[in-house]
Amino acid sequence: MWKYVARRALASIPVLLLASVLIFVLVREFGADPARQRCGASRDPVCITRVREQLGLDRTLPVQYVEEMRHFVTGNWGTSLRSDQSVNELIGDALRETAPLAFWSVLLSLGIAVYIGVTSARHPGSVRDHTYTVLAFAGIAMPTFWLGLLVIQAFTYEMQQRLHLSEPFFYSIPNPVGSGALNSFRELALPVLVLSVQLVAGWSRYQRSALIDEMHGDHIRTARAKGLTERRVVWKHGFRGSATSLVTVVAIDAGALIGGVVITERVFSRPGMGTLLLAALRDGDTAVLLPWMLVVGVVVILANLFADVLYAALDPRVRLVTGRAS
Amino acid sequence: MSSFGEPGGPVRRSGVGEATATGTAALLDSDVRTADVLARHPEDVPPPASFLRRYARHPLAVVGAVVLLILILAAVFAPVLAPADPTPVLTTEVLTEARQGPSWEHPFGTDKLGRDQLSRVLYGLRASLVVGVGVAVLSVVAGVIIGSLAGWRGGWMDSLLMRFTDLFLVIPALVVLLVVANNPDPSFFGLFDLPPATEIPGMVMLLAALGWMPMARIVRGEFLSLRERDYVEAARAAGASDRRIVFTHLLPNTTGPIVVFATLAVGIAILNEAVLSFLGAGLQYPAVSLGQMISDAESTVGTDLAYLILYPGLVLFVLVLAVNLVGDGLRDAIDPHSRG
Repeated sequence: MWKYVARRALASIPVLLLASVLIFVLVREFGADPARQRCGASRDPVCITRVREQLGLDRTLPVQYVEEMRHFVTGNWGTSLRSDQSVNELIGDALRETAPLAFWSVLLSLGIAVYIGVTSARHPGSVRDHTYTVLAFAGIAMPTFWLGLLVIQAFTYEMQQRLHLSEPFFYSIPNPVGSGALNSFRELALPVLVLSVQLVAGWSRYQRSALIDEMHGDHIRTARAKGLTERRVVWKHGFRGSATSLVTVVAIDAGALIGGVVITERVFSRPGMGTLLLAALRDGDTAVLLPWMLVVGVVVILANLFADVLYAALDPRVRLVTGRAS
Repeated sequence: MSSFGEPGGPVRRSGVGEATATGTAALLDSDVRTADVLARHPEDVPPPASFLRRYARHPLAVVGAVVLLILILAAVFAPVLAPADPTPVLTTEVLTEARQGPSWEHPFGTDKLGRDQLSRVLYGLRASLVVGVGVAVLSVVAGVIIGSLAGWRGGWMDSLLMRFTDLFLVIPALVVLLVVANNPDPSFFGLFDLPPATEIPGMVMLLAALGWMPMARIVRGEFLSLRERDYVEAARAAGASDRRIVFTHLLPNTTGPIVVFATLAVGIAILNEAVLSFLGAGLQYPAVSLGQMISDAESTVGTDLAYLILYPGLVLFVLVLAVNLVGDGLRDAIDPHSRG
């Protein structure tokens, strides 16, 4: 199995490299010029030429790309083209900021999506099922940034006014002076909620159809014939079978999650990976952008590998094989 | 996405729908799954009468169609319906009207520059619809040309075109969109000028350039399976030209998936434009867009003026919801087997 995992990981690397080349060329060709930005409003051509030389931007693109990649592989990712800050630190700090947001959102979304999906699938066509269908459509059509602003308005300003609180309970921006679990909760509750809405909408529909398909299987009829309670039939036999496909979808969505993170961090002013990406794009800062892409790419690849392994663990019929089927 | 509450919808019905799942997800994860799911499809497009009947069976799809029709009419007649100029010259008279809450005179209130929000929402709706439909049309044209060439010719042409498609799928769309949309003066590697994405034509081209790939894969998949059919064989034996076979036998039988893709593409494009506007890279003055209105009013969140983000967002949300409902209804009506 580990051979299979390794092979899958290696197969993703060329795609990642190709994407990084394309982005590098695009940002350099179409994006902002860091040298011009550093020289400020003066636009002094002498300054621009000098800074370009200092930053090494006067070399050809292939040379610059190879240099960046060499940096990345050695683990010393150099400094930002915009601010001279260490890229390792920038990305490390941003990851620490994004990790709890992504983790809690995925966990919460999984819990709710499984609950909604299973409830709907057990009684297809019921009022509850129809309600969840409508809600899922609403969640899918909901523009995340607008939802974020609405949530801030409702849970900070309106809530404070209505309940006559001295300060809002939930924070719409990170609170740098606070610490502890309660502070984290007040900080994370709203962004996690906003990021989860679309995940829940997509995953719950998926869980629903996967379980409905599963419940048509012979093993379900056998389980019922054995006289198991319906609850046991659904969770032990039905859900377990449908979970394999949910795992796959969640892993595929790991890439899509990034888009949501970018918007959510922007709305809630959180200095995470999304904010870092927006800043790097604004500044044409390829020294940050390339390591950013590679780190995120590796995380996405790992998520997919984890899903493969989990898939095999959940479904003994699946064997992860290398080469020809045996 | 869903069947409307009936049992046994096939697993993962629509990649496109899933991409709608996040406007932003669509930006980053150009959806590969679409092809797999949308690709199994009807042999024959059913006759219109039964098609309408099947569509009408889904109350949500009917509601979606009615709402969409109303929104389209509102957008078409925006110049007549709008009580004021959406981008007036900022005279003292206009400015004194600034920051008024909803009233009879200004049903959606006025912004910090005294501009009537209802008028701006109507014109923003217009821009959203033009962008959505424009992107869908361009994506379909590009996707059908590339997909049918690949699927019909096969061989090296197929490999070449599909690698080309994969290349576009690999690029993280959000990155490209922000880089290019931020550029006030875009050109194609200095060779020729491109229309700026701050105006509608440039925005449509940009979003379509990153949205045609699922269509190409769907059409290719359809063609690959259709071209082996007996009736194609018969047409060929009867001496029909390639062109005749493609246009009279293959393309008409691919209408269903194309229509469904086009509808969902409208919703995705509308959301993507709004997200770009919010990130400061969308349509700019004098164009009005719903995302731009929300972005302009972002600072009012946390004050009593937050109605300024409410209405444009609400119209955006209802528009995308209606488009998605129609898309889902069309899918079920075109392909009754899809609900299993």
